[in-house]
Amino acid sequence: MRGQSVEMVQLLTPDGERVANDDFEFTGSADDLAGYLRDMILARRFDAEATALQRHGELGLWTPLIGQEAAQVGSAHALRAADVCFPSYREHAVAMVLGVPLSNLLGLFRGTDGGHWELLEKFKNYQIVIGCQALHATGYAMGIQLDGAVGNDDSGQNAAAIVYHGDGAASQGDVNEAYVFAASYNAPVVFFCQNNQWAISEPIALQSRIPLFQRAQGFGFPGIQVDGNDVLAVKAVTDWAMERARHGDGPTFIEAYTYRMGAHTTSDDPTKYRESSDEEAWRGRDPILRLTTYLRNLGAVDDAWLAAVEDEAKSLGADVRATIAELKDVTMDELFETVYAEPTVALESQRREYAAYLAGEDA
Amino acid sequence: MNEKLTMAKALNRGLRRALQADPKVLLAGEDIGKLGGVFRITEGLQAEFGENRVVDSPLAESGIIGTAVGLCMRGYRPVVEIQFDGFVFPGFAQIVSQVAKMHMRTGGRQKMPMVIRIPFGGGIGAVEHHSESPEAYFAHTPGLKVVSCANPNDAYWMIQQAIGSDDPVVFLEPKRRYQQKGEVNFTDRPAPMHQASIVRHGKDATLLAYGPMVKTCLDAAAVAAEEGTDLEVVDLRTISPVDWVTVMSSVRRTRRAIVVHEAPLTLGLGAEIAAKLTEELFYVMESPVLRVAGFDMPYPPARVESEYLPSIDRILDTVDTSLAY
Ligand SMILES: Cc1ncc(C[n+]2csc(CCOP(=O)(O)OP(=O)(O)O)c2C)c(N)n1
Repeated sequence: MRGQSVEMVQLLTPDGERVANDDFEFTGSADDLAGYLRDMILARRFDAEATALQRHGELGLWTPLIGQEAAQVGSAHALRAADVCFPSYREHAVAMVLGVPLSNLLGLFRGTDGGHWELLEKFKNYQIVIGCQALHATGYAMGIQLDGAVGNDDSGQNAAAIVYHGDGAASQGDVNEAYVFAASYNAPVVFFCQNNQWAISEPIALQSRIPLFQRAQGFGFPGIQVDGNDVLAVKAVTDWAMERARHGDGPTFIEAYTYRMGAHTTSDDPTKYRESSDEEAWRGRDPILRLTTYLRNLGAVDDAWLAAVEDEAKSLGADVRATIAELKDVTMDELFETVYAEPTVALESQRREYAAYLAGEDA
Repeated sequence: MNEKLTMAKALNRGLRRALQADPKVLLAGEDIGKLGGVFRITEGLQAEFGENRVVDSPLAESGIIGTAVGLCMRGYRPVVEIQFDGFVFPGFAQIVSQVAKMHMRTGGRQKMPMVIRIPFGGGIGAVEHHSESPEAYFAHTPGLKVVSCANPNDAYWMIQQAIGSDDPVVFLEPKRRYQQKGEVNFTDRPAPMHQASIVRHGKDATLLAYGPMVKTCLDAAAVAAEEGTDLEVVDLRTISPVDWVTVMSSVRRTRRAIVVHEAPLTLGLGAEIAAKLTEELFYVMESPVLRVAGFDMPYPPARVESEYLPSIDRILDTVDTSLAY
């Protein structure tokens, strides 16, 4: 495939066979892997439910993650308590792994609020403007460094930031400025690029003439390509990059080579711009299938285990549907109140005028 | 304790005091370290506070503002310097889409205590892109606060008030007044940042201005006084939100208002002030609100900027028109 390099780190083949890599090893247990498999299955189910909810008019839009589960679950498991994550708008599986209530994600796409999330100190609200968050993550990482939370002997005191962006985003000025700032200050930030081959209808070929990971060298820090559909490899590579950052060795760019199996968003029609043969080829690389095969062969999971996860997925689906009814629309009062931290007389008077107008309507 | 200082020195003192007062305050921007900024506003501060508190930034405005967003998220209070008004636009997207909106998007959970310092306005004979007045873009963006100091005392205090604010503040420094000296009173706290001030009392008409035009209006009022016209001058100080209470109390008394700004006329701050005064004081006023502003053209080459900028004569002409109603 275009852009896939021979150096791409892979620890599990699409057929579910373990392969060795000179530099990276997955150090977790089979139980850990079963946990990742469960995460991926649940994330895919959540995504399918949300897509259906959009079809039923319950969400204004949805950004499907199907195909990218391993990239997200593997990288999210590399985060420790003090690390902070700056997502784009498709990182639902990362949010799930970190424990962000799924209702928070649904609320944004339903339009009940603008990102009023519960775990903001850990997982920032979704970013729609492509690439902006790369700078936020870098600035945050500069703050981590100023706080002295890198390179401590007691590794529990160290932290790093991770930012998720797409292959299209790699063309943005902000993302490139983020690389520059990260390099200049040796900031503890990991750029996790999910190269899912497409930026809406534009193929990766339009964004870059060289494999994306090779760009990092030009900015002065390591770039690495990993099989984004291989959760073991993603976890191993992200562990390494996060640890480098926490240790004070600066930024890393990870290109998770993957594929967006579904539409860009629920408004998109991928049949207009890409071949179904392309999708077929990638279906053979499915991250869930390959891990299932591997764990089955290992005897770590069996039909009963899979059936139990399937049940869990079903009840997750029911929960997700039930959540919709519980989402509360933000009120105009709350909006007036939160435009500024310190209220202004001018805006307060608009709020009062609006209240008076409403009161008049009721009368 | 009083001292006579230039506005540039007063800003420098204000920044120093803010750096001393709160270890979470840090400065960032192009050339602000060893050089002390192209206008020397940060002179000596890196030597005093170190490279971690006074940070030289790579030459990338979006990067400067975007990383400051992340620093706010980490609990810092970044004060960033944009080298010149015309160079804020590469960082404009971060300011209007990120800095301004973050507090409301997060339901008030994420504060953005950032100050964006911009030397602004013309009158210094600079080359293009070095003399612009972009305040209306920011004032039109909810979530931002926009202020401008017009004298050294305000410069000293308002920069500290802006840094102390939990909201993002676009801090406009009238670069042609940087070298103007004035008394700074280090002991008496001045009015809150979002309060306008009546800098000259008069009864015939009110001149409303901010930043560089305050002095021009005071000069115009002095000339008018010789001719027997008694002008009041209001320094808005705060461009967003406008302090309507002070503005209206003045215009209620004089019953005539003229807004003066360097920025282009159409959809400038004067338009907003005229609309508001018309809504509120229609039956009180003797004449329509008039405006003296820059023209609707890109800022002109330096040799003709004096024709573009509101002058004492243009202001007095407009005062005459107002008085003739
Ligand atoms: C600054 C900006 N320009 C355009 C858009 C519209 N847009 C939304 S997603 C997208 C494609 C992004 O592609 P990529 O970065 O590869 O991320 P992916 O969606 O594939 O994860 C575009 C053009 C936007 N959100 N922000």
